[in-house]
Amino acid sequence: MSAAPQDAAPLLKVEGLRQHYGGRGLFGRGDVVRAVEDVSFEIRRGETLGLVGESGSGKSTLGRALLRATVPTAGRITFGGEDITAWTAGRLRALRPRMQMIFQDPFSSLNPRMTVGGIVAAPLVIQRQGLDRAARRARVIEALATVGLPERAADRYPHEFSGGQRQRIGIARALVMAPDFLVADEPVSALDVSIQAQVVNLLMEVRRRLSLTMLFISHDLAVVGHVCDRVAVMYLGRIVEIADTRSLFSGPRHPYTEALFAAVPIPDPTLRRPRVLLDGDLPSPLAPPSGCAFRGRCRHALPACAAAVPPLRAVGPGHFAACIRDDIALAAPVAA
Amino acid sequence: MAGPVLEVRGLSVGFADGRRTVPAVHEVAFTLHPGETLALVGESGSGKSVTSLALMRLLPPAPRTRVTGAALLRGRDGTVHDLLALPDAAVRALRGDRIAMIFQEPMTSLNPVHRIGDQIAESVRFHRGLDRHAALKRAEGLIERVGIPDAARRLRAYPHELSGGMRQRVMIAMALACDPAVLIADEPTTALDVTVQSQILALLKGLQRETGMGLVFITHNLGVVAEIADRVMVMYAGRIVESGGVVPVMTAPRMPYTAGLIASVPRLDLKGGEMVSIPGTVPDPRAPPPGCAFAPRCPHRRPTPCDEAVPPLEAAGAGHDVRCRRWAEIAAAAAPRPALEARA
Repeated sequence: MSAAPQDAAPLLKVEGLRQHYGGRGLFGRGDVVRAVEDVSFEIRRGETLGLVGESGSGKSTLGRALLRATVPTAGRITFGGEDITAWTAGRLRALRPRMQMIFQDPFSSLNPRMTVGGIVAAPLVIQRQGLDRAARRARVIEALATVGLPERAADRYPHEFSGGQRQRIGIARALVMAPDFLVADEPVSALDVSIQAQVVNLLMEVRRRLSLTMLFISHDLAVVGHVCDRVAVMYLGRIVEIADTRSLFSGPRHPYTEALFAAVPIPDPTLRRPRVLLDGDLPSPLAPPSGCAFRGRCRHALPACAAAVPPLRAVGPGHFAACIRDDIALAAPVAA
Repeated sequence: MAGPVLEVRGLSVGFADGRRTVPAVHEVAFTLHPGETLALVGESGSGKSVTSLALMRLLPPAPRTRVTGAALLRGRDGTVHDLLALPDAAVRALRGDRIAMIFQEPMTSLNPVHRIGDQIAESVRFHRGLDRHAALKRAEGLIERVGIPDAARRLRAYPHELSGGMRQRVMIAMALACDPAVLIADEPTTALDVTVQSQILALLKGLQRETGMGLVFITHNLGVVAEIADRVMVMYAGRIVESGGVVPVMTAPRMPYTAGLIASVPRLDLKGGEMVSIPGTVPDPRAPPPGCAFAPRCPHRRPTPCDEAVPPLEAAGAGHDVRCRRWAEIAAAAAPRPALEARA
């Protein structure tokens, strides 16, 4: 975990963010995908916020919305004290060097016909930094060195590198602009377990060295626990729980969080613990169930859960959960 | 009906690269009994997928690949077939019937323009000669069995209408259509969410209990191995480097590589600090190290004996084999677990 001061000013603030798709055209009239629904949180300078949830929960959409890669349907995004919600592409261009992204798939996110040097230099070219060739090359080599790749890597092509090395190239591309804020969208999910740790350790090291603020998106709570100061759990477009990492791991307050913990495989064959199995899939965001969207898969659901969408309520210091059941004990992976 | 349902002996695979052959798998041997789950573990490039493709006869034919060894599959009537020696037509008759396979990417393994009912039915039509109606009826039963709700309607769905987990269930239904004796599952949960992964593991275990099939489960995640396997075979650079029962291998691994793989599984313990990784990457098969292939990444490497020659597979306990010249020395030096040492 990074050592973000508790009282640091937020670098990024999101209020009532909604990101809907469709409504007409391709999806037909009336069909609206509510990918992100009424999301509010902030990330302090130097802090890493984890964002967990299953495929389809809206975590990638939220990550892209924060970077203003999309036009939000409603709500407000404040970055570095400025409301960027309605900024035009031209205005955003000047902001882009400060916010960068790392993608999940190190195979499809690197152009196979460009050299690694060309890939890492692309942001510098697009941003028209007025650097000559030699200065660009120096910046590229510096970024490659930061991620542990030698200078000669710049003249080679992506296919000559393994998955873990390609992910390093993706990180170098994100770092070449010296950003303040990084969205890492499942940066290690496509990698072998043995290589995941290398890339996670690298991310933690560059974060410390460059004082980065980060949104770390993952479906694996074990990795998130290593990397993040705070964690937000997302389900069908909404944040259902958000807390300091230790608070979440020692006392989850939403049954969905408990189920995510239980799904993490433990490398101990003598354990074979009884598991809280989460049945079924996420419901369709086209037609979310009434009330709590998780109630159809929740072993603690009551009739009252269908009545209204439960709001995020404070359940402890800095710990918020959107569940009406205060009377249940949930299994925690770490002792309080 | 005692005895293995599949026995692999001395399986080696090489790929033609210009004039020479690049070795991908060396002398792999194992047996699989009915109802047993063997986990085949290793990183990308370890040869685990090539091993399974060779068994399924799904590699490109000679001279592009060179496959030697034997893979003896016990047939429905008890006769034994060598999958590596049979003519193509005979392999087609067994593949999908006695031995079946599921893959990592359910989206690329399913045909996007055919309804899933027809895709599942195809195998029973081919192997059992059922007509379309009867085959679809069977497909409906299979869809139900793999836990897809609303089976009759889902028969008519196309792959893109299903979630990743549901698609993997469809793949499993296709594989089980003819009640195979052996199912090879190549990273079937790697592309899935952890929640869906645990569902699919539970489904496979349940189906195995019902049918008594032998399962070869290929994965790079030892957390998953701990959940599903009876025995484990760890591969590195094309060779078996450790094998044995899941409990001895995972609680007292003898090969430093296995220990590294176990340590690198991310845990929910909030211990903080760096995550444990294995430095470096798998060696290039065109230029393998002279001795132990893992030596360049191994914290216990000594030039002598590690770099001298490829170590042999030695017995490190009952049914527990390891390919490391220093395993006994390392185990003795690490001795704070006397109880385990005494038993081994």
